[in-house]
Amino acid sequence: MNIMASIVHLFLALILSPLLMGIINRTKAIFAGRKGQPLLQPYYDLIKLIKKGSVYSATSSWVFRLGPVIGLASVIVAITICPAGGFGGMLSFTGDFIFMAYALGLMRFVTVLAALDTGSAFEGMGASREVQFAIIAEVVLLLGLAVLAIGTKEISLAGIYAGLWTNSVSSLGPVAVLVAFAFLIVLLTENARIPVDDPNTHLELTMIHEVMVLDHGGVDLAFIQYGASLKLWLFSALLTGIAIPLRTGLPLTDMAVNIIGILAVAVLVGIIESGMARLRLLHVPQMLVTALSVTVAALLWILR
Amino acid sequence: MLMSVVLIPLALGLLALAIPWKGLRRGLLIIGGVSHGIMTVVLALVQKTPPTAGAWIGLDATGLLFLSITSALFLAVAVYTVGYLGRDSDRRVRDSVEGFLFRNEPEAIFIACLLFFLASMSMVCISRDMGLLWVAIEATTLVSAPLISFHSHHRSLEATWKYLLICSVGIALALLGNYFLAYAGHGKTHLKLDNLIAGAATLDKAWLKAAFLMLLVGYGTKMGMVPMHTWLPDAHSEAPSMVSALLSGALLNCAFLGILRGHSILSAAGLGLFSGELLVFFGMLSMAVAAAFMIRQTDYKRMLAYSSIEHMGILALGVGIGGLAGTGAMLHAVNHSLTKGMLFLVSGHILFTYGSKKTDDVRHLIKTAPLTGILWVAGFLAITGAPPFGTFLSEVTILKGMLESGRWFVAVGYSLVLGVIFIAMARIVIPMAFGLPGQEKSFEPPPVNQRAPIWFAGPAIAMAAVILALGLYIPGIVWNFLGQAAALAGGF
Amino acid sequence: MNMWTDIFILGLVLTDFYLLATSRLAAVIQTTVFQALALSAFMLTMADRPWPLLLVFLALVTLTVKGVVLPWLLRRAMREAGVQREIEPIVGYSASVLIGMVLLGLSFIIFTPLKASISHESAFLLPAALFTTLTGLMMIVSRKNALTQVAGYLVMENGVYAFGAALAVEEPLLVEMGVLLDVFVAVFVMGITVYQISREFDHIDTDRLSELKD
Repeated sequence: MNIMASIVHLFLALILSPLLMGIINRTKAIFAGRKGQPLLQPYYDLIKLIKKGSVYSATSSWVFRLGPVIGLASVIVAITICPAGGFGGMLSFTGDFIFMAYALGLMRFVTVLAALDTGSAFEGMGASREVQFAIIAEVVLLLGLAVLAIGTKEISLAGIYAGLWTNSVSSLGPVAVLVAFAFLIVLLTENARIPVDDPNTHLELTMIHEVMVLDHGGVDLAFIQYGASLKLWLFSALLTGIAIPLRTGLPLTDMAVNIIGILAVAVLVGIIESGMARLRLLHVPQMLVTALSVTVAALLWILR
Repeated sequence: MLMSVVLIPLALGLLALAIPWKGLRRGLLIIGGVSHGIMTVVLALVQKTPPTAGAWIGLDATGLLFLSITSALFLAVAVYTVGYLGRDSDRRVRDSVEGFLFRNEPEAIFIACLLFFLASMSMVCISRDMGLLWVAIEATTLVSAPLISFHSHHRSLEATWKYLLICSVGIALALLGNYFLAYAGHGKTHLKLDNLIAGAATLDKAWLKAAFLMLLVGYGTKMGMVPMHTWLPDAHSEAPSMVSALLSGALLNCAFLGILRGHSILSAAGLGLFSGELLVFFGMLSMAVAAAFMIRQTDYKRMLAYSSIEHMGILALGVGIGGLAGTGAMLHAVNHSLTKGMLFLVSGHILFTYGSKKTDDVRHLIKTAPLTGILWVAGFLAITGAPPFGTFLSEVTILKGMLESGRWFVAVGYSLVLGVIFIAMARIVIPMAFGLPGQEKSFEPPPVNQRAPIWFAGPAIAMAAVILALGLYIPGIVWNFLGQAAALAGGF
Repeated sequence: MNMWTDIFILGLVLTDFYLLATSRLAAVIQTTVFQALALSAFMLTMADRPWPLLLVFLALVTLTVKGVVLPWLLRRAMREAGVQREIEPIVGYSASVLIGMVLLGLSFIIFTPLKASISHESAFLLPAALFTTLTGLMMIVSRKNALTQVAGYLVMENGVYAFGAALAVEEPLLVEMGVLLDVFVAVFVMGITVYQISREFDHIDTDRLSELKD
């Protein structure tokens, strides 16, 4: 039963993740008083991009072509171990949360490599900014997962998320709140959302993630966009698993709750994007350090 | 009746804020000083029974000692202040260092704060509850801040801000120490000093040590212990001289009283060695640092401030060693307060005469203002512990106590530092009084009327006389009283 | 009972981090108000029901003084000095938060040897209180704006007060009122001094008050 649930979750993730982008865009449109794109617009974009050809610059090499492929591959691997609200991913194993962090790191690494490979200073600037934030964001992610691992005394993602709300709830309650808050900030950072990065901007001084993928086109861009939506799904699943304190043990119910939670996170991101302005670049590390301090507080709490 | 030493100055202070007539207001100061002095004498004669257990206020030997020092000093300062205000209060004064004109703050506030200051210091001396003690010491900080910023210009504001902030932080730490004390008492003793001492054997040792550390750091900030002393030179040099006299002579003592109460609790609990060693360490440190800063001092009021730090170090040292040294420390408290008070009053007159705070600008004091010069030199001799003044006796007593306890290293260090301070101060004071050799020809007396006014000469000469008398003869009753005070302060 | 303690401790620690991270004076003042509120509420929840009247009275007075009067004084001083934000502090904001983390760890380490003598409820409360005190100290030491230093003093007092609550120390009403009165007058006097400084210097940057030295 559990394996079935995990496989179903994997397929749902693969199919539904572009919908998250659509939901975010729709939420922003509603807040702005517009009608907005159709919910399935990201799918149409992906299909359009796959049908197109790519133009490669003469200064780029095989690294540039490999970037999107490896990126998509690594995030799909990460999805397979992503927990689904009490159930482990299909391929979960002991210590897989470190593997997941590294898979995401690999995705970022090849994206940065591809960006640097173009030889343009534009992409290099975006790469340096992206990596600068990642330094703190990765620490927060790993530390948060470590806190949960210590709290539930499990060392696989499946175990952690399964044990999160079934164990003694009261002692983990405050910790979960703190870690959820930190994970929200990490989600916004890793997925290049406001207040870290505006996905709609294409101004030189303000781009971070967008600028790294500026030169890709066609299938490569489709891979990158699909990979980005999968990454958003992954982080939303992590956040939902902590934030929603429901573990009924029935796979269908848990799965449904989890999916609804992930969609709700997408709406939340849309609301945050509509409500806040982008932070000054100098303040983004401060926000991340705040998330780090919250996680450290949770760590000290759990260690007492 | 015990509360009268607090309530009378408090009431007079409130009255000073209310009435608009200058002369009457200044008279209130004299009335306050005199009545306080009378009440102190009455209490000394009447209060024979030791304070009852669990009482809020009470007067024991240590408290009475510090109360009488405060009272005497305040009376002298009150006389001086009346004359000073008569001369300086309403006109625009020219700043001595930078030459700009400034106004003084309203006289009513100044007089009221002086009286409140007396009230809160009396409260410190008579309180038998550590919480009440804390409230009173914090109150002294708050009411003395307007006193320091009497001259409303930027340097005094800077000094006031440093004073306010550093002392408030220190006293907040002392509050933490209070809570630790209460916790050590397992909720039964409630910070009442007598309960704590009586039940000392049952107190939690670890929490007691932590509490004393906090009290030492907290009240030590107020007392001017190194390294928390940084506010002291600024505040003492920028405040008007009689405020400096009160701060050095009375306030530092009252802060020390807080530490003494803690020390007495720890001694009763058997941890006297721990607290004593800490006191010795900080005492030596204060003395050494004060000596270092005095060597190249160019401002004579700052020199006096560092001298106060040094003498507080000597007090801590004496009490930390205990025994005969403790008694010597109590005698030293009396001597230091009177001497430093006199010195500050003299420095005020020097400032008025020469118009400068720099030692290089003051020469040939003996010729210009003979009485002031004589008092200045006499005060210097007294404060550095030269015979026949009282400080010689107290410092030698402390030294004897050190040798009796076998603290050779401390004794050597103590004597060495005292020697260094003597030389450092002599380098500053002697040229001020007699002029440097070879400068006789270029001597020109400053234009201001240099005759010492009676409101300055009177208190100063009186204090000098007392110090001289203390150096020549101390009756047995006084020795016994000092020994009692030392024993109650935790000296064993 | 335990849950309220946990929430209170969390709130205290998080507000301390916020104080270290923010540069807006209004936010700093608001956070001290929040801390005072949390402290009063906590004091009430720690006591046994039915609450003695004196305790309720004390909590209300604390609330009024620390939650209404003192912020009003500080905001008035802020208005008269015309400052809204902290000028460049001695230690940057990210660095302040990182130092705060170190201080939090230190607070825990300091209380480990004393674990035996404390009751279980206070096991996390004491480090949190110490951390608040250290945060206040850090604000006084590393910030240049005089009003931030006054707020730091208030935070220090909050921390010491939290200590008192944590150790379940029962002070007689008189002493508690005295402490409150002292804190009130302290902030009052500090406010007046800040006003005088701003009038005299045209700024309240205490780092520039450095004329008196040896």
